[in-house]
Amino acid sequence: MTDNGVLKVAMPKGRIYKQASKLFREAGLSIPEDFDDSRKLIIPVPEANMEFIMAKPVDVPTYVEYGVADIGIVGKDVLMEENKDVYELLDLGIAKCRMSVIGLPGWKPVIHPRVATKYPNVASQYFREQGQQVEVIKLNGSIELAPLIGLADRIVDMVETGQTLKENGLVEMETLFSVTSRLIANRVSYRLKNNAIQALCDRLSQKIAVRG
Amino acid sequence: MSKPKVFEKPTGVKDYLPHAVAKLRRIERNVLECMRRWGYEQIMTPTMEYYDTVGVASATSDQKLFKLLNQRGTTIVLRSEMTSPIARVVSSLLKETPFPLRLSYHANVFRAFEEEAGRDAEFFQTGVELVGDPSSEADAEVIALAIASLQAAGVPSFKIAVGHVGFLNGLFQEALPGRTEEQMNLKSHLLQRDHVGYREALKKLSLEDSVRGELEGILRLRGGVEVCDQALSLSGSPDAQAAIRQLCEVWEVLTAYGLQDHVLIDLTMIGDFSYYTGMTFEGYASHLGFPVCSGGRYDNLLAQFGRPAAATGFALKTTRILEVVGDDEADENRILIVYTKENRREALLEAERIREEGLVAVTEKEDVLKDVLPGLRAEAAKGPFVHRGMTFDRLVVYGLEKEGRA
Repeated sequence: MTDNGVLKVAMPKGRIYKQASKLFREAGLSIPEDFDDSRKLIIPVPEANMEFIMAKPVDVPTYVEYGVADIGIVGKDVLMEENKDVYELLDLGIAKCRMSVIGLPGWKPVIHPRVATKYPNVASQYFREQGQQVEVIKLNGSIELAPLIGLADRIVDMVETGQTLKENGLVEMETLFSVTSRLIANRVSYRLKNNAIQALCDRLSQKIAVRG
Repeated sequence: MSKPKVFEKPTGVKDYLPHAVAKLRRIERNVLECMRRWGYEQIMTPTMEYYDTVGVASATSDQKLFKLLNQRGTTIVLRSEMTSPIARVVSSLLKETPFPLRLSYHANVFRAFEEEAGRDAEFFQTGVELVGDPSSEADAEVIALAIASLQAAGVPSFKIAVGHVGFLNGLFQEALPGRTEEQMNLKSHLLQRDHVGYREALKKLSLEDSVRGELEGILRLRGGVEVCDQALSLSGSPDAQAAIRQLCEVWEVLTAYGLQDHVLIDLTMIGDFSYYTGMTFEGYASHLGFPVCSGGRYDNLLAQFGRPAAATGFALKTTRILEVVGDDEADENRILIVYTKENRREALLEAERIREEGLVAVTEKEDVLKDVLPGLRAEAAKGPFVHRGMTFDRLVVYGLEKEGRA
């Protein structure tokens, strides 16, 4: 929380950043295109009266919850997994994909079902709601490997185009929910910097409506 | 988990070292004194309560309660807030005391949070309950007292956002008559601060476009007293209108207190719907990501303890306030007295005299610090000096001069 009027924005490094900064620029905020490649972690953007904190996507909600960033941009997948106390203000409609259950073709129920995922909370909750008790195994990457080498019989992961799945001979079995990036805000900033945040929301939502 | 190391303590609990305690006590003293001047008397209740009484009545969700079993197998909770214990006392020990009752407290409370840094499992709250007064004057009084308390605590700049649960209840009842499940769904999105989910849920409901627009519009009902006018035009529901009229009255009283600059109206601010029954509020300080106080009207709680009564109150999150309050207060006046065996009586009498004056006297026998004494003397001649990690303002030495040893 700062009150010098500069809005601190936790920005996810990588895939989402490019699309988010494009949306910001379309909404009339002068955000440079290329500092995702720079190694600086805190980047002042005086033109937009903002300061970007370049964060690992999964950490964005944490920065915002603690108020070291006023607002942030983060995928719904991370929000669902991390369950932080923040305002979810806007669906930015970018970085579209979906959270799915994936397995080998011809999957049949097994005695001790095991599900590998980067999203253990999301996966546990989903299967509990489905009335299935499964063992959830947390992995940090290359989740698609798990069913191929017999670590798990299914995985829960994000699917964008489905290309990786196809190449590895996997199929999407169910979709949990669709995922886009969201604008989130700290509880205190949302009140104390109401004007700046509302103005940003309005500009962005106009653009999002145009994009459809 | 592996066996704890000797320096470790359970997650979420804290030690407070002298510097922090001094600050905490100062805040506690100033805030309680402020509350006393408003006619609130302090009470203390036990750390442990029955789960079936105070535990169930409390606004804290079940999984956040610390539960224990006593030797008979009855479930005990560590108090998670002070409002329910006070409701129990008001309905039992203070049953014959006429309303309105003005009570204050400063207490440690316990929450079983998920293991994560920054979420305290034990923390301090300082607050008040005003029981037995249903008026808007009472609501305004606790908001005004919350502001006075934050000032007394030394919080440099803050805002109070005030809302009212009756407005949304009335609005939803009017827009979705009888569709309780859909109302609950919308409320739960707002409670989770999920505006995206709220808008999506609205899109899915079969509603007239104008009604949908109104329901979306509530997300913008934040600002000064003009928000009340906007809200009045949004809903014709008698409940919603009554809620807004109450808010306007509260605002009017706060204006009479001269406090309107500290207060925002925020109809999107949602307290726990099952607990709060009227106005709710939260306080926010700059430089702190979490609210510093919260409160509101809870007219249904007392009935659970057998003495139905209107009630309103708030709690300061004292542990959080510790983080924003400066250390500006000057250190205490301390005097170091050094003596020899022969002058012990004289030195100890002097120490007693100093302590009676309300200053701090620390005594040490000369032979313990023989080697450092010349150095201390040199420093003390220049002004305040540090000895064994403590700052002293003055050094008094008994009995060394005539022997010429120092």
